[in-house]
Amino acid sequence: MMARSVILHGAIIVALFLLQFVASDYMVLTLTRIMVLAVYAIGYNILFGYAGLLSLGHAMFFGTGLYAAALGSTLGGMPVLAAFALAIIIGGVVSLVMGLIMLRASGVAFMIVTLMFSQAAYLTILYFGDYTRGDEGIVIKDTERLFSVFGRAVDLTDPMLRYNLAAGLLAIAIIVSLVIVRSRLGHVFIAIRENEDRTAMLGYDTGFYKLAAFVLSGTFAATSGAAYALMFAYAGATLASIQYSIHPLLWTLLGGASTVLGPVLGTALMFLLVDFASSFTSANLLMVGAVLIALVLFFPKGILGTVRQRLLPWLP
Amino acid sequence: MSFFPHLLLALLEGTVAAAVLALSALGLSLVFGVMRVVNVAHGEFFMLGAMLAWWTARMMPGGPLVDFVAALIVAPVAVGFIAFVTERLLLRRIKYDPEATIVATIGLMFVIQQLALTLFGADAKPVAAPFNVRIAFPWFGFSGYKLFVVAASAVLLLAAWWVLSRTRFGLIMRVTQYDGEMATAFGIPVNKVYSAVFVIGAALVAIAAVLIVPIQQAHYLMGLDPLLMSFIVVIIGGLGSIKGSVIAAVIIGLADGIISMFYTPTLAAIIATLAVALVLVARPQGLFGVAAR
Repeated sequence: MMARSVILHGAIIVALFLLQFVASDYMVLTLTRIMVLAVYAIGYNILFGYAGLLSLGHAMFFGTGLYAAALGSTLGGMPVLAAFALAIIIGGVVSLVMGLIMLRASGVAFMIVTLMFSQAAYLTILYFGDYTRGDEGIVIKDTERLFSVFGRAVDLTDPMLRYNLAAGLLAIAIIVSLVIVRSRLGHVFIAIRENEDRTAMLGYDTGFYKLAAFVLSGTFAATSGAAYALMFAYAGATLASIQYSIHPLLWTLLGGASTVLGPVLGTALMFLLVDFASSFTSANLLMVGAVLIALVLFFPKGILGTVRQRLLPWLP
Repeated sequence: MSFFPHLLLALLEGTVAAAVLALSALGLSLVFGVMRVVNVAHGEFFMLGAMLAWWTARMMPGGPLVDFVAALIVAPVAVGFIAFVTERLLLRRIKYDPEATIVATIGLMFVIQQLALTLFGADAKPVAAPFNVRIAFPWFGFSGYKLFVVAASAVLLLAAWWVLSRTRFGLIMRVTQYDGEMATAFGIPVNKVYSAVFVIGAALVAIAAVLIVPIQQAHYLMGLDPLLMSFIVVIIGGLGSIKGSVIAAVIIGLADGIISMFYTPTLAAIIATLAVALVLVARPQGLFGVAAR
């Protein structure tokens, strides 16, 4: 049992690494973007898929990472790696504080509260437009994206290098997610999703576990945001808007909530779908909306959820 | 102007904001109260109402007053019909599951937004007020139409309260809210009640939009603000409590008017959201809500 899932996930990671040798330049860029955002979706899935908490405000944490990294490296003049680490730490702290407040609400109220707070964060970004440059966004200069590791120069403008860094980040995210899901922590998350009262009755501090899922998920989102800012040299308010809260939900639902690889598959499919459709229509929102409705009506378990149900019951 | 005229103006604007808030939140509060589902496309129903008001004004001969009366009929009927179809094809099929409803109505929100963009275009559309009276204060003039909106809002809220608490249909709605299964056992057609409530909620927000659009402008992205403000009002007031929603709307509206006047609207929105945080920390069920059974 153990071996099969480890082999599967290992194979996926190796395949992602090998893909760079066959993909075109354009595909390399698209795949890099997909992989960075897939980290966001994986984090979202920990909270939504496993702990069963539907957040409509994760753009707040994505945006936190994005702006912490961008402001750190431009205004703060920090080296890339320091800005990245700082963004992750700030992301963790922000999600801890927000989790303490938001988890006071439950059920539908929780979803509304996450949506509203995220919008307040978005407005805050616009309010401090002098620093964040609002919708126009911050552009990180190429010289600010050079750094060296163990004496070797690393240049984030090199697409192949970026691809491999994104692949590495995604691999780490998949492994961490797999470990969490298979651990005691992950089992408690699922228990809370299935029946919170009963889990509490069995002696688990459900408040603590929900907060843990929230902070893990928010930190993943911030990590993805920071990587996005540093790799693509851009941080704009649009990336912290409501749409970016809905995206990970859509990706996770499409690929299959509460499967480790589902969010990755969903991100890739939705990206390629929008990419394909944009050649003959600009109605991206319509498609996003239609896919959401169709998923809820006809396909609530998503692709990998259905695969697990029908074919591969061992899929984590 | 010195401080006091400023404050008076802020209070007036705040009262208008409160009326607008209470009016746009009423439909959402009603739907949540009875059906226990949140309609995220609520803001888009508002936008559609405003767009239809603009469209009616363009199509109808006659002055703004005729347009206004026509829009007050066209918008709620059309939006109510869309809500009826939504309820039948979407909400009923997912059995009013709260999470699935939110996800599905988010999808609907995007679809309606995109269709509105395609059909009506991206530019903001002004709609003329049905009448143009300025009430003169010693320091400034104030739009009489805005005060009319306040009065209309009060009438609609009172009417909603009267229907809910004094009529047979209100009783049926309250019974359905209290215990859907038991209501079914007593022969109340719960599905029909849900359908009616959802349509009424949408029609109410469309009416709100027709009333409000002369103060604002119609735009395909205008739905988000009323949606979020309705959420704020409904959460602070306690989900499903109309009385709570009204009181919260008055508090938030006045605060919004005053802060917007002396600082900026963005800051007002941020502060309103933070107020929700405080309320939640102190009273998770809202100021006037009853804790979930």
